[in-house]
Amino acid sequence: MIRFTVNDQDVALDAPPMSRLLDVLREGARLTGTKEGCGEGECGACTVLIDGVAVNSCLVPAIQADGCRVTTVEGLASDGRLHPVQEAFLRFGGAQCGICTPGFLVTAKALLDANPHPTRAEAREALAGNLCRCTGYQKIIDAVTEALAGPDVDAAATSTPAC
Amino acid sequence: MTIGIGIPRADGAAKVTGRALYVDDLRPEGCLYGATVRSERAHATVLAITLDPSYDWTGITLVTARDIPGRNLVALITEDQPALADGVVRHVTEPIALVAAPTRDRALEAVKHVQVTYGDLPYNLDPEAAEGHPVAIYGTDNVFKRIAIDKGAAAGTVAGIVHEGTYRLGLQEQLYIEPQGMIASPREDGGMTVIGSMQCPYYVHKALKALLGHDRLNAVQAATGGGFGGKEDYPSMVAAHAALLALKTGKPVKLIYRRDEDLRATTKRHPAIFRIRSVVAPDGRLLEWTASTIFDGGAYNTLTPVVLSRGILHLTGPYRCENVHLSGVAVATHTPPNGAFRGFGAPQAMWAVERHMDRIARGIGVDPLVLRRLNLLRDGDTTASGGVLTDTGGFAVLDAALAAAEAPLPPITRHPGAGTNHARGRGLAMVFHGCGFTGNGEAYIKGKVGLELRGSRVTILTASTDIGQGTETIFPQIVAAELGVPLEWVDMAPHDTDLVPDSGPTVASRTTMVVGGVAQKAARKLREALQAETGLATGDIATLLAARTSSAPLRVEHQYIDDGSVQWNPDTYQGDAYPTYGWSCAIVDLDVDRDTGEVLYRRFISATDVGRAINPVLAAGQLEGGALQALGWATSEEVVLDARGCMRNDRLTNYIIPTAADAPEMVTLLIEIPFAGGPFGAKGIGEIPMDGPAAAVAQAIEAATGAVLDNLPMTPERVLGAM
Ligand code: FES
Ligand code: FES
Repeated sequence: MIRFTVNDQDVALDAPPMSRLLDVLREGARLTGTKEGCGEGECGACTVLIDGVAVNSCLVPAIQADGCRVTTVEGLASDGRLHPVQEAFLRFGGAQCGICTPGFLVTAKALLDANPHPTRAEAREALAGNLCRCTGYQKIIDAVTEALAGPDVDAAATSTPAC
Repeated sequence: MTIGIGIPRADGAAKVTGRALYVDDLRPEGCLYGATVRSERAHATVLAITLDPSYDWTGITLVTARDIPGRNLVALITEDQPALADGVVRHVTEPIALVAAPTRDRALEAVKHVQVTYGDLPYNLDPEAAEGHPVAIYGTDNVFKRIAIDKGAAAGTVAGIVHEGTYRLGLQEQLYIEPQGMIASPREDGGMTVIGSMQCPYYVHKALKALLGHDRLNAVQAATGGGFGGKEDYPSMVAAHAALLALKTGKPVKLIYRRDEDLRATTKRHPAIFRIRSVVAPDGRLLEWTASTIFDGGAYNTLTPVVLSRGILHLTGPYRCENVHLSGVAVATHTPPNGAFRGFGAPQAMWAVERHMDRIARGIGVDPLVLRRLNLLRDGDTTASGGVLTDTGGFAVLDAALAAAEAPLPPITRHPGAGTNHARGRGLAMVFHGCGFTGNGEAYIKGKVGLELRGSRVTILTASTDIGQGTETIFPQIVAAELGVPLEWVDMAPHDTDLVPDSGPTVASRTTMVVGGVAQKAARKLREALQAETGLATGDIATLLAARTSSAPLRVEHQYIDDGSVQWNPDTYQGDAYPTYGWSCAIVDLDVDRDTGEVLYRRFISATDVGRAINPVLAAGQLEGGALQALGWATSEEVVLDARGCMRNDRLTNYIIPTAADAPEMVTLLIEIPFAGGPFGAKGIGEIPMDGPAAAVAQAIEAATGAVLDNLPMTPERVLGAM
């Protein structure tokens, strides 16, 4: 039996101790927002936070999360309000196909918790463990660096002028 | 007006909260898990398929070609590819049998205990040896398709300065982050539903109809985690397999590829070899251009003839020449079939053309930019196939990109050793890209879009899918703008072949430009239908709705009409190859590490003629994402095959796509030279960003180090070797 807190809810699940945290979250807790892109720690689509630290849940045995606080993409919004980085992804166009998006958002949350105003270079470095094939990263970096910049930035309009 | 504004994507909220459901997120009641037994040989007879007697087969179902009720094929252009090998395998990873089991782990385990006995046959992996090779794979000569286009004076008769070059490139993997996947579920009426990751629901429908021998079936698109062409035709194979397992077990079956399997087995960009001979005047004017190519199609035809066609039609690049001779063959080899990948033959051609332009510039001592300006196509010029150009944007994008390149470079921040032994270079490439299907493809497909009005809500019914590029957002923008109603009134029906008409496949940069145009005309029909119903002449939708007495839903449908504006002869390859062209200029600034040969991207500028940006944020997103795929192709993405033609580097650790730290800062300029045939002037933009960057990188490496590279990818070893 594995007991942990997922997105502030206490969860107790029967799972073989060596099962991957990814499977326990997706199959056991039915939280399918966390994605599998490679299953070997290379793409970051499966990123979740364990006690605030971003990990690839495809590499983490579920037992390691026992007694811990796990945060998935489903837990980023609170009180019905999106996290600022989720809002910023919408405004800037940070998601296209969306399969990488949960992983990026979770990694970005950990980054922004530690460093609310990262430079573009810092954001690129922090997100280098998450692969996106759709966006070229430009709009993801826009979103992450502007997420906490203040509500009056008219991001979408300035980022891409049509001339 | 809902055109030209970067509204957030319609499916964005679901995607940023984790609510969007991709195929692996679905789990029907009682679902089994499928897995695929694949060939380990490049060419062999399958002598026997046996089950390991020491393995516990309880609860496991095996499917072979004998279980196929209809025809054993993946129906596409030709009927050469079986759904499951029957007696002979023609490439490594070819599917031979399928298993279903109660868990995914057991299914994968069971596959290892299906024993295949092979009788080895001779094989050929070399495209240059394929035509007329004694071992026949396709037809009698291993040629899938042969194309020739001639314009002007006979080849070799024009006098001037001659340059000759050979240019090569290898496979490239689409690498959508969501692997291929499908769930098939038996229907109560004895039919079958498949839901999964796909670009083209009606391709899947067509394939299943042939395989199952009936059409009590529907194909439904789940949220799809990227495609880039890789989910154009291959999902038909995955759906076929899931359906066969569901048919035999009577249960829903989920079939999700593992990443390594996806890399080894699914289609990739066609490798190609180009030979170009040019004749120029002393100032660089092109006098004659002769180019030939070989495309490696792999073991089955799939979409290869159409890929070759687009490749050949782009083989002059965006340059004017009166005497042109283009030819090419697509050949069969005993390798996994190649298929669609963003650009569809054009990026290959553009690599060769732009590299050859640099060869000419080098040869006659002219600035590569001057050479391009001198020869760039403009309105009224004719293409190789004799089509007359209008709405050209070559000079506009070139000037816009050059102006943007005057701004200072962003600082290097990431490599601590930066600046120690680096050489800086800038490169530029000019490309054009035919928007929509080649030639009269649209007249064949005749895509349809339906609109259904309920109350004041308008639902768009289309098979054009959103694979990240933004269909769910852009079509409502087009329809709302045409009707003059708020965007909130318009939504999209699920992409289920039971609900939506066949709009044609989601490919070829045609979705916004062509199908969006059909949607716009359907909106006009809806207004007319309301006018007819109410007897009012006004065009104002609110007034018409208020005047309606019936509350019944109102449904209209529009089908693409060939207005004769594209004149094309598919037999002679003469006429308008495309309804219009997009134009793009790419400028890359990079550093080459002289010690390692590694290329560090600093900044990437593109200016692209998009006709009209329906949604500038989504449009720029397409251009940026495509550009980075091309930059990866340029320097890091290399598929390494073993002696059997199997991908050796079948993991994300050794097939290297760029990360956020590898990617340059991008400046993306949208230039709008409207195309009268597109909705609100829009041109297709999905593929053009793939065409130019690799050649721009090669020019930049040459500017930085003097190294001349004519083969892709330009890995650090190759760059070092050429320095
Ligand atoms: S699925 Fe875990 S890193 Fe890719
Ligand atoms: S949005 Fe598709 S992989 Fe990132």
